[in-house]
Amino acid sequence: MKNTKRGSFFLIGLLFSFSLTFSAAESAEPDIPKKFFVPPPPFSEGIFPCSQCHQGMPVNRKPRKLEQMHQDISSSLNHMPDGWCFDCHNPDNRDTLRLANGKIVKFEESYILCGQCHGVILREWKAGLHGKRTGMWNGEKQYRLCVHCHWPHAPRFKPIQPLPPPVRPDDIK
Amino acid sequence: MKKKEELIRGKNLDRRTFLKGAAAGLAGTMLPLDKADASFWDAFFQKHFREMNDAEIKKVIERLERESEQKYKKAITIGTEKALPGVLFGYGLDLSRCIGCRRCVYACVDENNQSKDPQIHWITVLRFKKGDKWVDLEESEKYYHPPQVPEPGYFYMPVQCQQCENPPCVKVCPTQATWKEPDGIVVVDYNWCIGCRYCMAACPYGARHFNWAEPNRKPEEFNPKTHYLGNRPRYKGVVEKCTFCIQRSRNGRYPACVEACPVGARKFGNLLDPKSEIRYAIENKRVFRLKEDLNTNPKFYYFFAYGL
Repeated sequence: MKNTKRGSFFLIGLLFSFSLTFSAAESAEPDIPKKFFVPPPPFSEGIFPCSQCHQGMPVNRKPRKLEQMHQDISSSLNHMPDGWCFDCHNPDNRDTLRLANGKIVKFEESYILCGQCHGVILREWKAGLHGKRTGMWNGEKQYRLCVHCHWPHAPRFKPIQPLPPPVRPDDIK
Repeated sequence: MKKKEELIRGKNLDRRTFLKGAAAGLAGTMLPLDKADASFWDAFFQKHFREMNDAEIKKVIERLERESEQKYKKAITIGTEKALPGVLFGYGLDLSRCIGCRRCVYACVDENNQSKDPQIHWITVLRFKKGDKWVDLEESEKYYHPPQVPEPGYFYMPVQCQQCENPPCVKVCPTQATWKEPDGIVVVDYNWCIGCRYCMAACPYGARHFNWAEPNRKPEEFNPKTHYLGNRPRYKGVVEKCTFCIQRSRNGRYPACVEACPVGARKFGNLLDPKSEIRYAIENKRVFRLKEDLNTNPKFYYFFAYGL
């Protein structure tokens, strides 16, 4: 046990020195959490951790429309055809998400989940093209999770009110 | 003794003495004596910004900061950060994402201390009908005001200073009050601008704006972090324009419009850095520049992240 641990430390060190020499271009998925500085996920007030309610509750794996709880989600769910909770949420631990291949993902890394289908968008998000970035153009950037802008249960942007138009020359007194 | 008496009585006043007196008198009437403090004369004889040495610039900044503090009753810092070496700023705007909400316009006003009344906006958002002839500037609308955006059947294109590599505005300036900095930003020295507005006539993008009246802005709304070539207090009768938020970008920060955009349509970075966001957009997306045929060589790239 101790040996494998040491071995993995050695491996990580090796990888790190590699990434230093070959720049970040070669780095793969494991580097993402360090590289992308994201704020905590935008949970509704008091909803997380999910286990505070779901702890000990029997799991009903049958796809259905939720009637008693989460009506705001079930009434406006509009993401993928026939999609429902456990396509993304983990029935065995509600405080995490689950990929299609069964891997568990934290809410803080939910972009990995979104990237299963939206791969091109994920690539462009990593490159800094998709989505909003704040901070330094030549330094540390504040990334945002997909869910900071797109409500995951109905991700299309809602129209918003525009700010007032400029004053027409005729209206200048 | 006799001569002096004659002079007093106005007799025998020779031509040279008369002219000397007349010149002095005329000069005296022309001088605005009410403003004859040292500050006025320092401003009057201020050298060109690029010809001043660091000590002279420091003196000018001290004077301007004092003046602005008097006017706005709060401490205002005027920076003079120089262009970073190896940097050429470029801007990207994703037309397939822009929803025309004008958040950028007002974020710019808040950051760059434009006059509120009369109103000056550095960014103009144009609305176009989707169709065959799609970037038809003649048919564009800048006063659109629907209850909600985006409207079906329309797309939006914000236009601001394109920071041309070959800027026509700079060529026409008779006092060299506007020039292109080494990092590619076209700037205006408000103390050298004489307000002739030749640059406004020369600019094909309508990106320059004139202070027809004394800029009017509440002191509490005044952003005290300024740059000499950017958002410092302006005067009546000078031209101003977008500077990619020079006070932010030269300190490594994104311009205010980039951070205000709710859909992340605005991209900013160093064109000389192959790993920058803007280079990624140029290399991977469909890109065009506005009125490219005029050979102004803008550093403002419109692109489409997905089909339109």
